[in-house]
Amino acid sequence: MGMSPLAFFGWLGDSPWSVALHESQYAYSIIESIHVWTLALFFGLVVMFDLRLLGLTMRKVPVSEVVGRLLPWTIVGFVIMVITGSLLFFAIPLRSYQNLFFRFKMILLVLAGLNVWLFHSRVYPKIAGWDVDAIPPSRARIAGGVSLALWTCIVVSGRMIAYNWFDCDRQPQTALINFLTSCVPDGAVH
Amino acid sequence: MSLLAFFQWCYDTPIGDTIRNSTWLFPVIEAFHLLGFGLTAGSVLIVEIRLLGAGLNRQPVAELAANAQPWLLGGVTLMFASGIPLFMSESIKAYYSFAFWIKMTCLFLVLLYTFTLRRRVTRTELSSTRPALARSLAILSIALWFGVAWGGRWIGFS
Repeated sequence: MGMSPLAFFGWLGDSPWSVALHESQYAYSIIESIHVWTLALFFGLVVMFDLRLLGLTMRKVPVSEVVGRLLPWTIVGFVIMVITGSLLFFAIPLRSYQNLFFRFKMILLVLAGLNVWLFHSRVYPKIAGWDVDAIPPSRARIAGGVSLALWTCIVVSGRMIAYNWFDCDRQPQTALINFLTSCVPDGAVH
Repeated sequence: MSLLAFFQWCYDTPIGDTIRNSTWLFPVIEAFHLLGFGLTAGSVLIVEIRLLGAGLNRQPVAELAANAQPWLLGGVTLMFASGIPLFMSESIKAYYSFAFWIKMTCLFLVLLYTFTLRRRVTRTELSSTRPALARSLAILSIALWFGVAWGGRWIGFS
């Protein structure tokens, strides 16, 4: 309907559950700790898999076996990351929505998802030809390298969300920053 | 020199001072610290999950551990290279932080375990001869790393 994203996330932030999460002494910190723990599981194993695709570790282990045995763990990790990450967003919706690093992270996540989709739809179906190769073919190495770069940037930008350098309440910012963060410097909205 | 005096000395070094007076340095170093942790976690977990019998079960533990070892060393090196400057920038805060001491205790224990007993665990076929013991040690290792991560995150909350 007629609600702008800014108004919507402002409204969400005023909802009782969001306020409770935001004001709770421990809930936010505990959720963030779980987010970091699952980062170890998800990011850690993704890195190891990407390194295998690049031919930099576990060269004697068939790639299909790494996928088959580790993918369930990364899925578990990813699901918990999405749940805890959503709760962290829900605790501070408007500020997160307008945060430059949050927006950057979301774009990178879409790209990482695209890379996963390309790998599983285009590269992985032909694995029979290179499953046991110490160094997989260039298509697989590219997928591994892109994944490694994207997830590294996702972790870094995720960590940077905590910093308020480009927050709307810290004016003056350049016009570009205010555009990228949907900031309305005079505070006319909400 | 008392411990607090040593922490104060770290705090007063040009490195600590430079990081404190910079807007970007602490967050950037911290990001590398987190990436180092992620790399360490991955290279540790791939072996521990195998010891738990829930990972690459067809691979010999010794081979998997040998494969992961350079990345483990790289991850730990990155964590120390970034963690020490971070510590120097806020060593006084760390001294009075409960989370910091939890983290250091877990870190000391897990590094001690990783570079002594764990080498023997991964080089012998403990996972097939005494699977329960191998599982317990894997859980201990994961729990200690969890303690390191928890303490690290909570230093920032205090």
